[in-house]
Amino acid sequence: MDSTLNKVPKKKTIDLFEPIGEAISNFRKRFEDGSLGTKLSHFIFGAGNFYHKQYIKGAIFLLLQIAIILFMVLCPSINGTPYGWKALYNLSLTHLHEGGDFDPMTGEFSIGSDCKLIILFGFVTIAVIIIYFLLWGMSISSSFKADMDEKIGKKPTSFIDDLRELLDSRFHITMLTPTCIAALVFTILPTIFMIALAFTTYNSQDMNDIGTNLFHWNGLQNFRAVFTGEGSLGVEIKNRFMPVLGWTFIWAIFATLSCYFGGIILALLINKKGLKGKKIFRTVFIFTIAVPQFISLLAVRNLLGEYGPVNSMLVNLGWIAKPIGFLGLHPGDSENLAKVMVIIVNMWVGIPYTMLMTSGILMNIPADLYEAARVDGASTVKMFMKITLPYVIFVTTPYLISSFVGNINSFNTIFLLTGGGPTYTGYQAGGTDLLVTWLYKVTIDQGSYNTGAVIGIFTFLITATITLITYRRSKAYNEEDTFQ
Amino acid sequence: MSEIVTKKTRSRSRVQKTSLAVTYILLIVLGIIWLVPLIWIILSAFRCEYQADGTFIGTVTSNFFPKAYGLKNFQDLFTSTYYGVAKAFPRWMLNTLLIAIVDCLISTFLVLSVAYCMSKLKFKMRKRFMNISMIIGLFPGFMSMIAIYFLLKSIGLTGNPNHPANSVIGLVLAYSAGAGLGFQVAKGFFDVIPNALVESAKLDGCTNFKIFMKIILPLAKPIIIYQALMSFTGPWMDFIFAKVIIGADNAAYWTVSVGLYSMLFGTHPDTNLFTQFAAGCVIVAVPIVTLFMFLQQYYVEGVTAGAVKG
Repeated sequence: MDSTLNKVPKKKTIDLFEPIGEAISNFRKRFEDGSLGTKLSHFIFGAGNFYHKQYIKGAIFLLLQIAIILFMVLCPSINGTPYGWKALYNLSLTHLHEGGDFDPMTGEFSIGSDCKLIILFGFVTIAVIIIYFLLWGMSISSSFKADMDEKIGKKPTSFIDDLRELLDSRFHITMLTPTCIAALVFTILPTIFMIALAFTTYNSQDMNDIGTNLFHWNGLQNFRAVFTGEGSLGVEIKNRFMPVLGWTFIWAIFATLSCYFGGIILALLINKKGLKGKKIFRTVFIFTIAVPQFISLLAVRNLLGEYGPVNSMLVNLGWIAKPIGFLGLHPGDSENLAKVMVIIVNMWVGIPYTMLMTSGILMNIPADLYEAARVDGASTVKMFMKITLPYVIFVTTPYLISSFVGNINSFNTIFLLTGGGPTYTGYQAGGTDLLVTWLYKVTIDQGSYNTGAVIGIFTFLITATITLITYRRSKAYNEEDTFQ
Repeated sequence: MSEIVTKKTRSRSRVQKTSLAVTYILLIVLGIIWLVPLIWIILSAFRCEYQADGTFIGTVTSNFFPKAYGLKNFQDLFTSTYYGVAKAFPRWMLNTLLIAIVDCLISTFLVLSVAYCMSKLKFKMRKRFMNISMIIGLFPGFMSMIAIYFLLKSIGLTGNPNHPANSVIGLVLAYSAGAGLGFQVAKGFFDVIPNALVESAKLDGCTNFKIFMKIILPLAKPIIIYQALMSFTGPWMDFIFAKVIIGADNAAYWTVSVGLYSMLFGTHPDTNLFTQFAAGCVIVAVPIVTLFMFLQQYYVEGVTAGAVKG
């Protein structure tokens, strides 16, 4: 084999401190070399822009600075929970009041602290502070750039010029800003919030029991519960964590591989030379992709249910005496049967998808490879094992990884088919529950947000490890920009 | 000599014929297996059976083929009151349609803009942005769902009793806000567009904005359709986000999937709703399946691009 193919490109070591050091020396340089406006910009946003007569830009910077400072000082509040410095002060969760005291002056009951909002708003405030410092940097560098322009005899850019730049050399800023803001508010902030809950005592059922709305930080106690079994859901976590984790892995492996190879075989069947009606067959299978999953899965669930046609047919044929609980919908049903059935039904869902995907790839395999093999007298099976499979696997490795990760997080299939059953008394996690469906039950049904967050973090750790290890080695990552 | 050759080819063609026949049989059997659940749902939707005392049978029954057919389920579906909401099903349909259209517009725009930046623009944070977006994508969506709910609740965009309609805005935001991070398939598509095209346009004095509008977008029709199809069908298929954000007691603003799901598992007093559920499934599935069939080619293109690029 060509030796260059095996060469793994050298990984660039990412030095975390390099950009920070660079930034510090940059700041010094700008403060020393900059004009009076630039120096002032270190304290008043936009001062440098005013100095260079870029009034609109300066005004925007200044207004933003004033707005953020007002936000921090005045502490606007929603539902009695403040933002600003008070939010940071509250974040320790030690200055809480239960609320519900009657105030004879206003004739109303006082509003108690809302711990989840305190944490949420605390993080929003931290995000605002980070934005403040980003604006600070932008304000200084904008002024410094104008200094430099002036030095070489150019006029500092006007506001219109800046706007025009946003459509050209800095177009990426225009294009990425909406996504960055949306991702910050609706993905990053919520994720950090949920991670934080893993270190608290936030369990709404427990809190109801002792009649409080308040919770506190409790360090790593929730993570320890996985081994020690302490806390309200501790027994569940301790006894069910390993079985659920194990099944999640088994499920992900079988679900991925069965759909993958099933799909390849189906694609080979449909694309067989001389077969007529290829389009009709393809359409039949695409049908199941097009039908929304909650419809097709609930249909299968009822079809296989206690009173459904499948059970009654088997009873009528005399093969079974009474209906079988295929999907573990009742507590006494077989767990192993439910597991097998889930994997089989998942093939029904997943195979057409892989079939579609691999069809195109199969057609790309050079025909002369098969020709040569046929001349050498290779059998069909041998050609499949030696040519088709290696080629398809090579091309679709990224897909295999992402579908494995997708299966670890495959909520719909389990939730709609078995609901995690068969259930066991005293436990939330049933026989076919994955980490994600367990997470859902623990949080939405039980209100045990801290335990749910712990499960979520473990799920993330697993998927992240698998993805990072395989993805960073893959060609797709290392040679990402060589194709362009 | 020649006799041996013809014998050989004849036997080979016989082998081929039988293998072709086996393939046909296999595919037909598989095709039937794949269609049975769907056919069953359609049959159930048209089932119109009555008990001896004249009550309608709406539950799951053991017979695959109905004994009598009729349109009663569809009539009931469109006129019944569910969860105290008169004519709830048409409302759910319209609501879902509205959410799907807005989500489709916002999501497609976000995905295309991010994918273009990642593929065709060079800037400092590019690689870092891609890594961060990949890591975020690894967190289970439900983890952030609960936090999104609290966040939306604090600004009044969930199913609060005073302004129940606000929850629809909240749901659209929850669906489309994260869309930009799912840029990988579209980026894979843009990567294939030759850079020389962009370079030469730049030499002609085109701004990046113009290049995006005049060169990239017209070439990106397949991926635009793919993304639009994906984000349009999303709200019809999801029910967990919709249920949590719109709220279990806000039935007037549910999406159609939440409504249909609740017909089977909800707290509705009438459990005799399976056939109506099936009718609802048919109503929802027909337009979506039609859309898929029409845009099949683009869907396949997107799926294949996604597979290879990861």
